[in-house]
Amino acid sequence: MAYEFVLAETDGPIGIVTINRPAVLNALNPGTIAELTEALEAFDADDAIGCMILTGSERAFAAGADITQMVDAGPVEVLRDDNFSRWARLRALHKPLIAAVSGYALGGGCELALMCDLIVASESAQFGQPEVKLGIIPGAGGTQRWARVAGRTAAMEIVLTGDPVSAVEAQRLGIVNRVVPVGAHLDEARRLARTIASRPPLAVRLAKEAVNQAQETSLSAGLELERKLFYLLFASEDKREGMRAFLEKRPARFQGR
Amino acid sequence: MTESTLVVEPSGGVLSLRMNRPQALNAMNGAMLLALRRAFESASRDREVRAVVLTGEGRAFSSGGDVKEMAERAQAGDADLGADLRQHYLPMVRAIRACPKPVIAALNGTAAGAGLSLALACDLRIAADDARLSVAFVRIGLVPDAGGLFFLTRLCGFGKAMELALTGDTVDAAQALAIGLVNAVVPGGQLMAAALERARAFSAGPAETYALIKRGLERALSLDLEQALEMEAQLQTLAGRTADHREAVRAFVDKRQPAFGLKTQS
Repeated sequence: MAYEFVLAETDGPIGIVTINRPAVLNALNPGTIAELTEALEAFDADDAIGCMILTGSERAFAAGADITQMVDAGPVEVLRDDNFSRWARLRALHKPLIAAVSGYALGGGCELALMCDLIVASESAQFGQPEVKLGIIPGAGGTQRWARVAGRTAAMEIVLTGDPVSAVEAQRLGIVNRVVPVGAHLDEARRLARTIASRPPLAVRLAKEAVNQAQETSLSAGLELERKLFYLLFASEDKREGMRAFLEKRPARFQGR
Repeated sequence: MTESTLVVEPSGGVLSLRMNRPQALNAMNGAMLLALRRAFESASRDREVRAVVLTGEGRAFSSGGDVKEMAERAQAGDADLGADLRQHYLPMVRAIRACPKPVIAALNGTAAGAGLSLALACDLRIAADDARLSVAFVRIGLVPDAGGLFFLTRLCGFGKAMELALTGDTVDAAQALAIGLVNAVVPGGQLMAAALERARAFSAGPAETYALIKRGLERALSLDLEQALEMEAQLQTLAGRTADHREAVRAFVDKRQPAFGLKTQS
């Protein structure tokens, strides 16, 4: 499948989607969002893939939305286009998605990274929501995800000042899992992806679902869901294989069943 | 138009920067700070530059901030020195520390206050035997800045840093060498030759490896052992892929000197 704005490739059980608009620092136009969603959905549906990576270039993961396309827009046009609604499809992905971020992850680019399940960042990465400087606010989940992941206090500073934070600071705030030297972020994301892809797919899928529910429901409903999913996995062949292999001190061979 | 406050001389792979306000002992004014920042930013990008030497014209390396100007502003009561630092000094310090190429300070004379901080921000310091170093700030009722506190503690330890910062005493080149404030001391007449020789050696070396080492050391300052071990592994993956590494191991096996920085055929 050939795309105009992204590259899609596989590395064993890992599906890698690279935003590829270097001339505009990977600014996110609707076409790019549509293509990366499509590419990720294709990997999500592919049984050979166990984990996915979304990345950009060394200079920019994604430097926000294309301002040139918004400068003359009015509310009716923005509403009718409703670009952000397409982003919701990323939330429906079953397989873990890792953002490998280097350089700018600003505005929509930062929100895109926050939609991923894990973030590996290079030391040069910058995370921020500069929308306020343009007279608007984040519109693809920035206010909500920063508040949920980093907390209200940090979120306020990020969205009210519009100033970016470094990778190390982002890790301290809890939105980044790992910070690595510039140039090593994709390697590290692959390493993490290989580990996840080696785990039994059903357990990974339900684990992701359970964690995501932690931010959607009350504790008692979340605990209830977790327990149901836990019981459900006892019906899987992979559970039997995983436990047997553990007792027999041998590596497990998971089938995804 | 006044004489340039910073003389910039590229020669081979070495970029020489000479602070040029000798009549003011190379006190740093706004123009010089900006020139330094720009010079390091462009040296970082310029592939032709493989090492940088920073020195001063005349008797001093640099006597630091402009105290006369400070006195006027202190009398007027409108000084926000922190704001000045953020605007003028910090971008310069960051530009030096972000430079991926080896940076050598050739201390030709007095390095005091922010002038010393500037020297400490460089990667290596070679001092003339008659150079004199002083943290100085306390003598005008100020706190060491422009990285002074940071670099002092890391270069000569907490105890010595405390002594130097609290007293503002001047140390000579030999003492500076003994406490780790400088890397080498040479006779005054040989300073530039020694600094340039070292810089030329760097310019013939593995540039990408230097950049990785600098990045790694910078980061190692804030990591624990486990994190540092992992970071080293990540950096080594990158180093192992460089043309310079391939050339170096090939040269080792062939028992010849490696030729770094050349386009190696793949």
